[in-house]
Amino acid sequence: MPEVFSAILVQHEHNPTRLVQILRDVMAAVGELTPKNITAIALGLGLPRARVEGVACFYSFFETEPRGRYRVLFSDSATDRMAGSVQLRQRLLDAFDLKLGEVSRDNLVSIGTTSCTGLCDQGPALLVNGRAIARLTPARIGALSSLIRGGSPVEDWPENLFAIDVHIRRADLLLATPYLPGDLLQAALARGPQGCIDAVRQANLRGRGGAGFTTGQKWQACRDAPGEAHYVVCNADEGEPGTFKDRVLLSDYADQVFEGMTVAGYAIGARQGYLYLRGEYAFLQDHLQAMLQRRRRDHLLGSGILGVDGWDFDIQIHWGAGAYICGEESALIESMEGKRGIPRNRPPYPVTCGYLNQPTVVNNVETLVAAGFIVGQGPEWFGSRGTPRSAGTRLHSVAGDVERPGVYEYPWGVTVRQVLEDAGARLERTQAVQVGGPSGTLLGPSEFGRRIAFEDVPSAGAFMVFDDSRDMVEVIDNFAHFFAHESCGFCTPCRVGTTLIAQMTHHLVQGKGTRRDLKDLSKVALVMKAASHCGLGNTAGNPILQGLQKFRPAFDGKLASTEVLPSFDLDEALAAAREATGREDEDAHFFGEYCAEAANPASALAAHTSRAAPTALSARKSEVP
Amino acid sequence: MSDKLPQPAGLPIFLLDGHEIPFQPGQTVMQAALEAGFYIPHLCFHEEFKPHGSCKVCTVKVNGRTVASCTTAAAADLDVESETSELRDLRKTLVQFLFTEGNHFCPSCEQSGNCKLQAVAYELDVLSAHFNPIFPDRPLDASHPDVLLDFNRCILCELCIRASSEVDGKDVFALAGRGITKHLIVNAESGRLADTKLAVNDKAMSVCPVGVIQRKRRGFAVPIGQRTYDQKPISEVTISRLQGHPIGHAEDQEGDGR
Ligand SMILES: Cc1cc2nc3c(=O)[nH]c(=O)nc-3n(C[C@H](O)[C@H](O)[C@H](O)COP(=O)(O)O)c2cc1C
Ligand code: SF4
Ligand code: SF4
Ligand code: FES
Repeated sequence: MPEVFSAILVQHEHNPTRLVQILRDVMAAVGELTPKNITAIALGLGLPRARVEGVACFYSFFETEPRGRYRVLFSDSATDRMAGSVQLRQRLLDAFDLKLGEVSRDNLVSIGTTSCTGLCDQGPALLVNGRAIARLTPARIGALSSLIRGGSPVEDWPENLFAIDVHIRRADLLLATPYLPGDLLQAALARGPQGCIDAVRQANLRGRGGAGFTTGQKWQACRDAPGEAHYVVCNADEGEPGTFKDRVLLSDYADQVFEGMTVAGYAIGARQGYLYLRGEYAFLQDHLQAMLQRRRRDHLLGSGILGVDGWDFDIQIHWGAGAYICGEESALIESMEGKRGIPRNRPPYPVTCGYLNQPTVVNNVETLVAAGFIVGQGPEWFGSRGTPRSAGTRLHSVAGDVERPGVYEYPWGVTVRQVLEDAGARLERTQAVQVGGPSGTLLGPSEFGRRIAFEDVPSAGAFMVFDDSRDMVEVIDNFAHFFAHESCGFCTPCRVGTTLIAQMTHHLVQGKGTRRDLKDLSKVALVMKAASHCGLGNTAGNPILQGLQKFRPAFDGKLASTEVLPSFDLDEALAAAREATGREDEDAHFFGEYCAEAANPASALAAHTSRAAPTALSARKSEVP
Repeated sequence: MSDKLPQPAGLPIFLLDGHEIPFQPGQTVMQAALEAGFYIPHLCFHEEFKPHGSCKVCTVKVNGRTVASCTTAAAADLDVESETSELRDLRKTLVQFLFTEGNHFCPSCEQSGNCKLQAVAYELDVLSAHFNPIFPDRPLDASHPDVLLDFNRCILCELCIRASSEVDGKDVFALAGRGITKHLIVNAESGRLADTKLAVNDKAMSVCPVGVIQRKRRGFAVPIGQRTYDQKPISEVTISRLQGHPIGHAEDQEGDGR
């Protein structure tokens, strides 16, 4: 076994539950998980080889096929595209004479795409060997290609290339309340564990990760559950396209995040917490580690917190590796245990049977910050904002067609219009807002008076704005491809449904859609909603169902013909034969006459039965060997 | 497993399409229904294994919510709907999804007539795959002296994985990839079945509901037309096969949640 492997395995104590972290470290060390590497890791951990391979192939940042020395991945969120990412990507591809997904012949570089990298307020963005570069321009692409040709390690590239901005545009309870490290821990100590839970419960805090479960109730259930150990997990997977508020909390409010986790640990009786951090945010690593170290030094973490004997709690970072599904809490726990990120069957829920089958609280980053402040400032303070069923504030990641993209903290109940106005959207030209990301709610102008709150339009924190220059079918196609790429594949409805939907929206975008596609789109979306195993599949059809309902003319405009169903493209179907025979001449194609006629039912039928098709087919048959 | 048959008297019951189904604590809706002689279509469920819940063909409505019947715990107040046109349509679409996703050429398949996918399709009146086929590229593995793997037919039910791991203790099979690229792999650096420990008497050889795992030199021993589901629909075959068998009694239904 290569020495670097042994060192990595030793560092992780040959613990199979650390497999995802081990694979990440091996990737960083040798750039690729070859079949031999996988065998070595499996041997070292005493796992079946196929299981290690299965995990390696699950996460998009683990490469099991040879890639270039520089791996460039363009963020492919709808807002990246709106900011010109496709053109910039083409520029870089042209610079190296590559196609998307290809590796250059000299193995220097490969260029692909990745799901939203959480930099929508400063897109377009990309990752190069895992490091994020934002605010891409033609000039930056030029600089990037020179650096790649130069061949120096990414670590030695100019730091300013990797600068990530923080745009906080509106601050309220969470972002504006003065705080000193340790404040919230003192308050927790004064209240006692049950007192902390009571405060969070009285404040009516609901989870900010999407589902809106009552946090106090979750903590109570976990505290009351028997187990050898209890765990706190902060969910910083932030994979929902268009969401970047947790990144901002972690970069500028990390103390509050860690303190919230520590308070949660105190409340439920945990001695260990984990920050499950998406791999895209690797640039936060040094900052967060330094912060953890400082908190340990200041007795805000580690053993004897605040000098109190027996108050022990520490936090470890667990890295994700490019899998949106790992934001789902039970898939996240599987991933933490070194497995493929497949959502578990529930019940049992994580609060009784979570990480290592022990009682576990999984909370969103923002939930933990809010909970910490509630313990510090009291439930009344929190209740001073919001609506009857949605107490407090919510951070919104505003991006797209607005003057001032960034993070906006509003009380729950703010109208969509208010956010649009504050962010500098041109109201009269805004045609749509996607609240809560692709899995959330698509709103048209007649709904801009609606309120963002659990009782009206709930939100997981994203707010994407589309003006009337955008093609909503293209936007929905982008969402469809996101879900198809991120489906874990466990259950039939989502595994197959997301792919069928992406195929059909692709057809529509190409102007080859049919009425049957529209019918099938809703059918598939409804089956996914009803029968899927987890929230990903349950919500992946939302953009389709809402799009068809609210933006129907945009879909109708994409139909190849409203009369017939040319869902089969003869020319496309012949592509494989052309490739096999190396032909590209006119006779190897099927365009023009037949396709044009196919748009008319009578002549299409005629084409099938008498003239064009049979002669054309037989002519080609005799020529293709 | 207990060898005593359930005594309906005294057991709690739930309603399945209006029928009273007695159940043992710990049983799921599917297990209790099958034991009581009621068929709910299923593919990834196998009475000898812990329910898995991935194919979703067994979807029912419980108190108005759609859930997988194989993983939903039976409980006394449940009102379960199964044979409704809405659920039949849903299952039909899911079976069409499975045909769409693989390469299923039934007329030339050795498993035709013994295949559960085909049989469930007939049960649900599925006459075509309806959606545009995906045509995945899934090469065969004929490396093993006695066994052929035709991945084209795999519906990813994980039964072979579970059997090889839990019964044979060999971990010959596993899943790789995700989403639509998810696929079955074998436990060998070469990727070849010949380099695994699979043997013809393994449990993993006998659980595949479709025709992926084939004995070599055994083709078409029973002529097409005279095979299991050529004679009787899968609903009848399943119920008579399981008659008198306790299913999922006092087994450990916990574990890691799957
Ligand atoms: C596909 C999917 C992705 C999710 N991604 C996230 C995420 O990135 N961050 C998050 O906090 N919650 C995410 N969730 C919700 C979590 O499952 C869970 O409800 C949440 O972390 C609980 O925390 P909360 O109660 O504080 O909201 C996701 C759910 C699903 C179904
Ligand atoms: S719904 Fe999708 S993501 Fe969720 S378990 Fe099923 S396949 Fe996986
Ligand atoms: S090979 Fe057969 S048993 Fe194994 S996963 Fe595929 S369909 Fe299921
Ligand atoms: S039989 Fe229940 S999900 Fe497959």
